[in-house]
Amino acid sequence: MSLAAATHGFLSPTGVEIAFLLVGLVTFGAAIVTVTTRQLVHAALWLVVTLGGLAVEYLLLTAEFIAWVQVLIYVGSVVVLLLFGLMLTRAPIGRSPDADSGNRWAALTVAVAAAAALVWVVVDAFRATWIDLDGPAAGSTEATGASLFQNWVLPFEALSVLLLAALVGAIVLSRKAKAEAATASGSTPSGSTPAGSTPVTRSEKEGTR
Amino acid sequence: MHLAYPAVLSALLFCTGLYGVLARRNAILVLMSVELMLNAVNLNLVAFDVWLSRTAEETLHSGQALTLFTIAIAAAEIGIGLAIVLAVHRNRGTADIDKLRDSAERHGPDGDHDGTDHDALTAEQSDEAEKAEATA
Repeated sequence: MSLAAATHGFLSPTGVEIAFLLVGLVTFGAAIVTVTTRQLVHAALWLVVTLGGLAVEYLLLTAEFIAWVQVLIYVGSVVVLLLFGLMLTRAPIGRSPDADSGNRWAALTVAVAAAAALVWVVVDAFRATWIDLDGPAAGSTEATGASLFQNWVLPFEALSVLLLAALVGAIVLSRKAKAEAATASGSTPSGSTPAGSTPVTRSEKEGTR
Repeated sequence: MHLAYPAVLSALLFCTGLYGVLARRNAILVLMSVELMLNAVNLNLVAFDVWLSRTAEETLHSGQALTLFTIAIAAAEIGIGLAIVLAVHRNRGTADIDKLRDSAERHGPDGDHDGTDHDALTAEQSDEAEKAEATA
């Protein structure tokens, strides 16, 4: 592998590198649009492009299981949850002039400084490091599943407890506001679960699965 | 593949998310930017796992396992975060984090005997963003 790595050069990128670069440019551009657009729903839809591009990058890095998990969970449910949230907070459909706060230039300064520092350090540190993508896939479902259920069983089970706690927490957060509204209107606080918060909770449950 | 490609892309995506967290006003857009930052970390983990599984012949696949855990925790985080945002929206009628200034209001009237109210921010995610903006 080291012999193969020695023959690489900056000016002779492989096809995988070119594909990674192009998809990376699309991903980065979509991320920029996501954080700068003034239309809230468009931001969520550009986030789909970003997350899908990242899934393609995972596929190019031969991590296929992570790629499909990314598509399922992020593109499938997290973005849907965000769209639900935008809808339930009555986000305006058109341009909203106050999508960005006043200290945008301070944020831009911080982000550009952090990007410059990180890119400089990373490029300087890994200038002569190559990923060997030949041979069997490093992230195939078999390899990932074997390592996950041989070496990572205890964190995996702990994660299910965390997901249960998050599920219960989301339900409690949704119910608490309703109970307060019920006491404000004079009825009993232990009323039945309202119809308004039910689809959110249900989709949250899907998101945490 | 050169390792710098995924590493640089990950750094750029992270800084894009950082800008979004600092500059956005709507709480749901802040959550989207947090998702961008988490995804940047995931890309880094996967790239270094693929690199190390060949170079160091590491068979734990810790990067991919941690990526799966991060994805699950991010899903839980977005659920809880949206529940908080919806509760705030239901109580206050707004999801703009600039308008959630309870701590600032509290240190306005009785700010004389309570000088350290800047540190007494509540654990809401909007206040985290405000704190980040204050430190920026």
